[in-house]
Amino acid sequence: MKFSEAWLRTWVDPDLDAAELAHVLTMGGLEVEALSPCAPPFDQVVVGQILTVEKHPQADRLNCLTVDVGTSEPLPIVCGAPNVAVGMKAPCALVGAVLPGDLTIKAAKVRGIESQGMMCSARELGLNEESEGLLALDAQAPVGQSLRVWLDLDDQQFTLKLTPNRADCLSMRGVAREVAALTQCSLTPPIFISREANPEFGTRTVQIDAREGCARYGGRVIHLEQPDQPTPDWMVRRLERAGLRAKALVVDVTNYVMLELGQPLHAFADAALTGNLTVRWAREGESLTVLSGQTLALTADLLVVADEAGPQALAGLMGGQNSAVSAQTQDIFLEAAWFSPGALAGRARRLGLASEAAFRFERGVDASLTQEALERATQLLLDYAGGGQAGPILDLVHPEKLPRRLPVRVRPDRVRRLLGFEVAVDTMRQILTRLGVGLEGNDVGWTATAPTWRVDLEREVDYVEEIARCVGYDQIPMQVPRAPLRAIHLPERERSRQTVAQRLQARGFQEVITYSFVPPEGEQRLAMQPSILNLLNPLSQDLAVMRSTLSVGLMETLVFNLKRKQEQVRIFEWGRCFLPARDTDGLCAQPLRLGGLWYGTRFPEQWGIESESADFFDLKGVVEELLPSGASFVSTQHPALHPGRSAEVWWNGQSIGWLGELHPRLGPSYDLSRMPLLFELEWIPLTRESWPEYGPTPRFQPVRRDLALVVEESIPAMTLWDALRAAAPKNVADILLFDVYQGAGVEEGKKSLAFCVKIQDTERSSTEGELEQICQELIGVAERRFGAVLR
Amino acid sequence: MQVLMSLQEEALALFARLDTPHALEEAKARYLGKTGALTERLKGLSVLPHEERKSAGAAINQVKGILERALQQRREALVQAQQERELRASALDVTLPGRQHGRGATHPVTRTLERIETLFRSLGFEVAEGPEVESDDYNFTALNIPADHPARAMHDTFYLAPGVVLRTHTSPVQVRYLKSHGLPVRIIAPGRVFRCDSDVTHTPMFHQVEGLWVAEEGVSLAALKGLLSEFMRHFFEQEDLPTRFRPSFFPFTEPSAEMDIGCVICQGHGCRVCSHTGWLEVLGCGLVHPNVLEPLGIDSERYVGLAFGLGVERLAMIRYGVDDLRTFYENDLRFLKHFQ
Repeated sequence: MKFSEAWLRTWVDPDLDAAELAHVLTMGGLEVEALSPCAPPFDQVVVGQILTVEKHPQADRLNCLTVDVGTSEPLPIVCGAPNVAVGMKAPCALVGAVLPGDLTIKAAKVRGIESQGMMCSARELGLNEESEGLLALDAQAPVGQSLRVWLDLDDQQFTLKLTPNRADCLSMRGVAREVAALTQCSLTPPIFISREANPEFGTRTVQIDAREGCARYGGRVIHLEQPDQPTPDWMVRRLERAGLRAKALVVDVTNYVMLELGQPLHAFADAALTGNLTVRWAREGESLTVLSGQTLALTADLLVVADEAGPQALAGLMGGQNSAVSAQTQDIFLEAAWFSPGALAGRARRLGLASEAAFRFERGVDASLTQEALERATQLLLDYAGGGQAGPILDLVHPEKLPRRLPVRVRPDRVRRLLGFEVAVDTMRQILTRLGVGLEGNDVGWTATAPTWRVDLEREVDYVEEIARCVGYDQIPMQVPRAPLRAIHLPERERSRQTVAQRLQARGFQEVITYSFVPPEGEQRLAMQPSILNLLNPLSQDLAVMRSTLSVGLMETLVFNLKRKQEQVRIFEWGRCFLPARDTDGLCAQPLRLGGLWYGTRFPEQWGIESESADFFDLKGVVEELLPSGASFVSTQHPALHPGRSAEVWWNGQSIGWLGELHPRLGPSYDLSRMPLLFELEWIPLTRESWPEYGPTPRFQPVRRDLALVVEESIPAMTLWDALRAAAPKNVADILLFDVYQGAGVEEGKKSLAFCVKIQDTERSSTEGELEQICQELIGVAERRFGAVLR
Repeated sequence: MQVLMSLQEEALALFARLDTPHALEEAKARYLGKTGALTERLKGLSVLPHEERKSAGAAINQVKGILERALQQRREALVQAQQERELRASALDVTLPGRQHGRGATHPVTRTLERIETLFRSLGFEVAEGPEVESDDYNFTALNIPADHPARAMHDTFYLAPGVVLRTHTSPVQVRYLKSHGLPVRIIAPGRVFRCDSDVTHTPMFHQVEGLWVAEEGVSLAALKGLLSEFMRHFFEQEDLPTRFRPSFFPFTEPSAEMDIGCVICQGHGCRVCSHTGWLEVLGCGLVHPNVLEPLGIDSERYVGLAFGLGVERLAMIRYGVDDLRTFYENDLRFLKHFQ
């Protein structure tokens, strides 16, 4: 909502300057987004009238003028503007004037001819970006008067950032009411006298079929003598300073009344209408060419005003081109109706139409305004269109469909409790009364009735806010919040996100955050099963599908950073993935996961360490540090991973993720010559913190025996290892794999796995014979189950 | 006697000159060995007259003692010199950098989230979570945003299916939490939110922290002001941080307010970041609307709730002086490493 300060001050004139007024509005809940002067500073520019025009003897494009500026002698001025004419009035900068851009006007000779001032265009005065020729002023402009006064250029434009509940402030009257209430000033609304209706004028018969969309419809036929008369300057100025462009008298008046009172109006060319009007929902198959030129295929959720030939306007949104008024239209049918917010909601946006009327109807218009607005518009039209006549006012109302305004109980005690501080009952009453609220009852509780324009006052809390904002939020004390002490439960068996992140960071991994929606081709390449969760309205094809894996974002981040000459990339992300399986709410499954990527060398580049690529086991070491105890790895097949260098992670009988090297097949898609390593793990298992299991510290020294077992190459180390652990007696504290060897001394196709058996006695030391027996048992298991041979 | 003294001189000079243990032991043999000069002299005592023998023997033994001590000192000196040579040879250039493994950092948005969480935990708020793909119902209807509210239009909201949206705010967690927990409730709900908007000051995904406190006592607009001012002062670590509250509108709170803090960049004098107003808008808040509480079976006469929602990126930008929102989601490692 934009408006001119000067216009506001005709309604209410508090003793505050513009900046103070802006502060009062902002702190009252009508945020002033901008306060800008209507013209840049300049002075000594007056209304001048051109008396004579002669060609400059030395220059084709220049004219020598004499200009009356209200002084005894006219001024000689040389001027290059193309639109000079005798009798024309235009701004004249006097000698000594300083124009925008620090241009000082001096008396000078222009190609030998004396010039004592400068005739100005709108651009030269900073009133417009572009302009051709001198700014033509109205013939009524008093010669010699300061231009700033004549055009009211010391005015300022307010821009309000209105919240959607304050539809009542979408008019000058609404803003003025607010200012009056907040500053305790009185309102001085403009006074106008309604014109006598001519009963001989017929009116159009109107029928409301869609009552839930239109509860009130008013209109009248008006005949104008000279509809092509110009819109008066003062009205143009107010419209322009409200951000609307002046067009022609009839349209300007309808806009002006909307800005003044808050009631949108629409003028039909009466002659273009056929028969009776009906307000109804559009029918499939109907179409309408609207004022903006678009031809719309109408749907059943669009409200129209139709005549017997078909839709003539999108009700409350935009008129149709067929019945549009022009500067020559003498007979108009002027409509002032109340369309419900529900009938307009979202329509303008969906159709791509910018409509001041729809903006207001969507938010809620005062349903009591239709008659007043018709009267006001009639008066202005007849005043400025060279006279005319108006027919009787039609007023169809369906009161049961108008917004119901039930009285609300407002209790001062409740107000105090919600605000948390003492406000006098008298203060509350005065505030509500100033806002136009009707109060009945005693000071224990009132029955409050909101004024018709405050469609947002529905419940007691709404009145609480009114009282709070008029007292001033800054008057509310800051209270130290008080509540019973309560410990926040942080389970010891749970590992926090921070702890896990710190482990990764200590291993050189940088956290990243990528979008939850990704390009479909990324999903195609990297997901086990590419996501089918497509957004219905994506911003772009690159952000079109919900990720089912974190790898897509991680790979994009890798590529982005490689393009910026990063050589080693270690990154991780924590976040949700999205899977089509339904959860309990009927939404998709949204598991939290942790994913990571390692590309490039094992260590950052430095002295003393050969630059070697990180391999599967580097990443596996990192992953192992994150996993809960009891997790295991099995070789796996994943479409995005190297088939021989990828593993699935199992824990507690379920798969909780995977790790591996990117499939070399995908290298070219990402323009990579060496493959990154990736992992992705379900989050919940990673939060399992292991529990310390206490046992007495043994008094005996541990004993170590080493076994090197040769087995077939294809036997996974973990299988043999697990079997040895399972077979070991209780006093074997641990078995470690400390070497894997193939080559000289080991038969082709076989490998040697070296285990260290740590024996820890607690009661007494084992004898040499007992130790030997343990080793023999383990070797026996390896021989029988895996065909192992002791090396 | 004279001869003995010169022998001593000669031997001491020789020991001092020798610089290897081997040469030193050879020299020892020359004087103190079985056929050494001093040993020979001791042997020669027997030819001396009895009365001279005693004093001559004592003189020789004295010289022998001196030489043995000198030898021992020289031996130790040589060992020490040898060790010193070896240490010198194995010295390192200690100014070379230590072995680097590299170190990652927390993303600035996460870092900010963690600070917010820590602060609110210290104020007795628990951390709650909710889904990012959310039903229309939780995201809008339950929050008193009726079907025809402008915020529901396709323009702002990402839809996955009719009735299924990407949550546009963290506020639905309020409703979910109230449904599943008893009162009183004091939580914050951090997380990702999504809006169908992308330009210099908007990314289609960003983070919010929702706060909710519903109780029989202690909750009011005055407490809301106190709570949030306390938070902001600690977040920006500025005890005298100015704050102000302006009336505003959110469908799920009434009264509603917007909170500004004095611009921490120009200290309120006016700069580009605060559009020369001296104030920065940092969050929206209010008392929970009875239309939200009542459908959940909560007696809105007995319980009062306060709620707030703050934008994490905005706080991160102000706190760390980041001037372009979009850099948070480019994940340029050169940008991220500033937050180590």
